Amino acid sequence: MAYALQQLINGITLGMIYGLIAVGYTMVYGIIGMINFAHGDVFMIGAFLSLIALTGLGMLGITYVPLALFLTLIFAAGIAALYGWTIERVAYRPLRGSFRLAPLISAIGMSIALQNFAQVAQGARDKNLPELIPGGFKIFEENGFVVQLSWMQIVITVVTVALLGLFTWLVTKTSLGRAMRACEQDMKMTSLLGIDVNRTIGLTFVIGAALAAVAGLLFLLYYGSINFYIGFNAGVKAFTAAVLGGVGSLPGAVIGGLAIGLIEAFWSGYASVEYKDVAAFSVLIVVLIFMPTGLLGRADVEKV
Amino acid sequence: MIKALKDAGISALIALGIFGAMVGLPSVVGEGGKLSLDPQPWTVAIIVAVVFIGRLGMVLWQANRKPRVKAKSAAHSKYTISNVAGPLLLIVAVVLPMAGDRYLIDVGVLVMTYVMLGWGLNIVVGLAGLLDLGYVAFYAVGAYSYALLAQTFGLGFWTCLPLAGLLAAFWGMLLGFPVLRLRGDYLAIVTLAFGEIIRVVLLNWTQLTGGPNGISGIPRPTLFGLKFTLGDGPDTFAGFFHLTPSVTYRVAFLYYVIFGLALLTNWVSSRLRRLPLGRAWEALREDEIACRALGINVTTTKLTAFAIGACFGGFAGAFFATRQAFISPESFTFIESAIVLAVVVLGGLGSQIGVALAAIVMIGGGEVFRDFNEYRMLIFGLALVVVMVVRPRGLVSGRTPSVSLGKGVHIAADMMSQGHG
Repeated sequence: MAYALQQLINGITLGMIYGLIAVGYTMVYGIIGMINFAHGDVFMIGAFLSLIALTGLGMLGITYVPLALFLTLIFAAGIAALYGWTIERVAYRPLRGSFRLAPLISAIGMSIALQNFAQVAQGARDKNLPELIPGGFKIFEENGFVVQLSWMQIVITVVTVALLGLFTWLVTKTSLGRAMRACEQDMKMTSLLGIDVNRTIGLTFVIGAALAAVAGLLFLLYYGSINFYIGFNAGVKAFTAAVLGGVGSLPGAVIGGLAIGLIEAFWSGYASVEYKDVAAFSVLIVVLIFMPTGLLGRADVEKV
Repeated sequence: MIKALKDAGISALIALGIFGAMVGLPSVVGEGGKLSLDPQPWTVAIIVAVVFIGRLGMVLWQANRKPRVKAKSAAHSKYTISNVAGPLLLIVAVVLPMAGDRYLIDVGVLVMTYVMLGWGLNIVVGLAGLLDLGYVAFYAVGAYSYALLAQTFGLGFWTCLPLAGLLAAFWGMLLGFPVLRLRGDYLAIVTLAFGEIIRVVLLNWTQLTGGPNGISGIPRPTLFGLKFTLGDGPDTFAGFFHLTPSVTYRVAFLYYVIFGLALLTNWVSSRLRRLPLGRAWEALREDEIACRALGINVTTTKLTAFAIGACFGGFAGAFFATRQAFISPESFTFIESAIVLAVVVLGGLGSQIGVALAAIVMIGGGEVFRDFNEYRMLIFGLALVVVMVVRPRGLVSGRTPSVSLGKGVHIAADMMSQGHG
């Protein structure tokens, strides 16, 4: 019981991080219908930017943790947003309206480029960061097994929930959100109604990249170690989460992220750590067999 | 001019933002694992200057460019690219090992492997229009099948080759079943997941696959029982033909083996295209609903596409195992699938000659940058983006239909639907 509770806590924390990345996938997919393969690598860049910012602030003598984290968050999200915008502008916008696979290949190329860019610029070694938010509190103890809830896990949950709340408000209540949803339905019609489609799509990438960067910061703080390769794994998992929840659906992305996080945590806790990826992917395949558009996805209406 | 300067200035600012922290402030691990930053202002300044000048040049060039008259489509010409380049490439491919340069042949083998993989994947993606991001799984199944069969039962390469193909085809069917109902990106992610599952299993099933250590000492292929070792006994190639033993014979032999396999792939897939099955694939790619309405069995059509594509992947995998004599899960990562898919898309989906050209450009081009080691993949990724932006339809983008009533007309790329999945 205690062990299961601990896995539940760990799984939710991991799921939150996946959810944050998955939102970026699902948004981009919803609006232009492409898999943004480079998204996982933007997450990785975000983690590196956070590492740089934290190290830099430490060297400048700003060591008050909340302030340093806040500045890092702003810095990483800002620069990563710039990455997101530039990637869209350079690699995807010229291909809009082209056939489906062209932007996908372009995205794969961008992903390879970003990964190796990080390797060249920041080195191939693992970078470790000392724990910034230590401690936590015991929930209860059973037969000598202590169920821990660390401050870090609370921070991750709070930040994620706050950001998702902000984001949901943005999509449902603001004019930008309305423009985004309109683009999703019919891009040509939207542009006829005087909405700058390019700007809307650019902003979608900006927001997605910023969220991914925050996920990168949280990942760095939680695991304390990053390298240039983390983007691929996290990206694939987050995309799996987005598909599991139903691509294009925002609550679906979060639910999918939590599901993947929980599956991984419980599988590594009760079966084997090595096969946790196999478990997550198998669940994906099984779910898609029975629900071909994911948990919350809408079925496309096919018109002939 | 002022507008151009402003534009370039903005680009330079963006470049500063992007490269300022990532390139300008590399994090260095100091003594005791303590992190510090090592500022590189000059590198950033150079990058920003290059972006500024590049953007300025581009804007000015675009402003002064005369609108190009669109060249007449090659549609009516008798000398289309496949008519001319095809035989030419074939001749070059045949005589390449005669040059006797070991390095050149090695690169040739590598390129030829990707040509074969490209043609194999082309059946799935180009003809049947099913987006497969996990093709490397079949490559891995083929390689491990051969390695394990050879090590456990002592079978030779030529016995195992068909078995490896069969096993891969079986796995192709296995993947095919759950994805029958899926479309587009759902299909893509499931195939990707499948590829990852195979890799993770290979990595962790240590008793069978040796885990991360892989399998070594995989036997080399023989020519009707003649070995390609460096001895000069009567059972070796050099000894039988009374030649001076040399490594080049083995490399050249491997080259011709993969060349033959690639030609087989090409031959089979271009013949299949004319069979009812191949026509059903292409019809499926264009419109699945119409296919159903016309009574085409979509299930078997999709499954055969997966199985036959996987079978050729398996052949290529068995060849890879025998060439390297060592395999490990590291050779079967997602990046391989991505490269093969890029070869197919870059070649112009469904175009056989395009795939060959794209493999030569991409893999051969990658070899040119071999000396720049860590920049190689960076350049590769950027080149992929640039080529896609410049030629989104691939190198050979038009196609003559496989079947036509009367005279076949060359179809421009934008008239075809490709890879809908």
